[in-house]
Amino acid sequence: MEKRVIFKGWWLPLLLVSPQLIISAVFFFYPSGEAIWNSLFLPDPFGLKSEFVGIDNFTFLFGDPYYRASFITTAIFSISVSVLSMGLGLYFAVLADRLIKGAGVYQTLLIWPYAVAPAVAGVLWMFMFNGRIGLVSWYLGLLGYDWNHALHSGEAMSLVIVASTWSRVSYNFIFFLAGLQAIPKSIIEAAAIDGAKFWKRFRTIVFPLLSPISFFLLVVNIVYAFFETFGVIHTITSGGPEQATTTLVYKVYADGFVGQDLGSSAAQSVILLICVGLLTVFQFKYIERKVHY
Amino acid sequence: MVEKKQAGYWLTHLGLIIGVLFIFFPVWLAFVGSTVTNDDILQPPFPVLPGPHFIENYKNTLLYGGPEDYVYNHIPIVKMLINSTIMALGITIGKIIISLLSAFAFVYFKFPFRRTFFWLIFITLMLPVEVRIVPTYEVVANLNMLNSYSGLILPLIASATATFLFRQFFLTVPNEMIEAARMDGAGPMQFFKDILIPISRTNIAALFVIMFVYGFNQYLWPLLITTDTSMQTIVMGIKFMIPTGDDFGHWPTIFSTAILSMIPTVLIVIGMQKFFVKGLLESDK
Repeated sequence: MEKRVIFKGWWLPLLLVSPQLIISAVFFFYPSGEAIWNSLFLPDPFGLKSEFVGIDNFTFLFGDPYYRASFITTAIFSISVSVLSMGLGLYFAVLADRLIKGAGVYQTLLIWPYAVAPAVAGVLWMFMFNGRIGLVSWYLGLLGYDWNHALHSGEAMSLVIVASTWSRVSYNFIFFLAGLQAIPKSIIEAAAIDGAKFWKRFRTIVFPLLSPISFFLLVVNIVYAFFETFGVIHTITSGGPEQATTTLVYKVYADGFVGQDLGSSAAQSVILLICVGLLTVFQFKYIERKVHY
Repeated sequence: MVEKKQAGYWLTHLGLIIGVLFIFFPVWLAFVGSTVTNDDILQPPFPVLPGPHFIENYKNTLLYGGPEDYVYNHIPIVKMLINSTIMALGITIGKIIISLLSAFAFVYFKFPFRRTFFWLIFITLMLPVEVRIVPTYEVVANLNMLNSYSGLILPLIASATATFLFRQFFLTVPNEMIEAARMDGAGPMQFFKDILIPISRTNIAALFVIMFVYGFNQYLWPLLITTDTSMQTIVMGIKFMIPTGDDFGHWPTIFSTAILSMIPTVLIVIGMQKFFVKGLLESDK
């Protein structure tokens, strides 16, 4: 790990790390500390002073059915997006890996949605299912199905899941394709000579070799679904109807900025900090493996 | 491919083409929507082939933020594109510079609190701005950075991804290079500038693509800190065009804005595909 040759002096390295440390201190550590501090206080309605309330904000939160529901919402949403986008990504990667010629062309055609902002993807999918005029909802209407994701919570949830999946497939595709291409062709050929058909080879050789990367992707995708899908939810449903698509991150925003309930929002931030911290520790255990992949 | 079977070969292509169509479908509709009139869209069914109003719609969108008879509280979309690009470049270049410097310090120097600082930066790795959104907003407001480029850029620079990637790369640089540089009388900064930066250029390019896309596509942060329309970025600006209540909105403008918002990032991802894939696989979060 350590380099044998190291330059002398200590003020130069301190100078070199200071920009990153200062920015982290001002925009990261101070606000995080502030969130923890605020979570223990209850501001009065006029915002003039706040009263120390200990863990009351937390007990209140866990007693709030809407907050408990947003845990479930987050779980359903994150797991669905991760599983769907990983499944599709793996499916496309397996197909592209079978081609000798043309895999590059398909790669180009499949990766660009990564570059489309989730919020913009949200706008496009929202419009396709837009009650009066959207293409898909209009044809569904002809078939006698009244699609209205502003009223039906199941439809709202499906739509944000589909839009987020669309945004995320390319990411998983790239990782799975790299993983597949790293498997030595000689192993696959040996199995084929032994008479193993495609599906059997996939089940017994390819899939086990892909499992470390699949596990890593699962964690990363869940983190993605937690945080980076805010734009999708905000543009399609704004957390509705009846908070059916309000995830934990969306609720921090809704309570903190729209509802101006700062104590509760800070407590929610702290709970999220803990959740993400746990996920980080969990993922860090697998980072080394990822590097050597 | 191990076996040569015609049927399997065509099925593979078929499967991939279906995938490509699924991926293209929403964007195709947006493109069609950006080339027709608002009436074409408001009277279903939605057209599936482009109309003749491409130039007119895009000209109105870019220069005026919509047609004359539809009044938006809006600025020319070209201004939003400029804002987005400034924000994306600021985040990208800022991240690359501060992380090159700190990775250099961590790998090549021994100094007081080195481990402590390293762990402090490590902690920032996985906690996105969304988690600490309210207090970060207050910090930026107290620093008078609302509605400013520095307010859009600085809070998003604080992340450790690039630092770890560069550190990882610097650790693979052979020690002989430093010894040779030293023997030629080069000081640390000269070694950094003349040797380390040039050999890191592939990594810099890979990170550039990833960070540019990340910066350009920011949504929540610009939404919070820009109240002045002239500071809006294109990705968040679209949100305000979407009609609410009884309003019909002007959909060709929304769609052309959506298409315009994709062009810079899609071009960079496709044009620098090799670096993009490398950057994604190596940096991740």
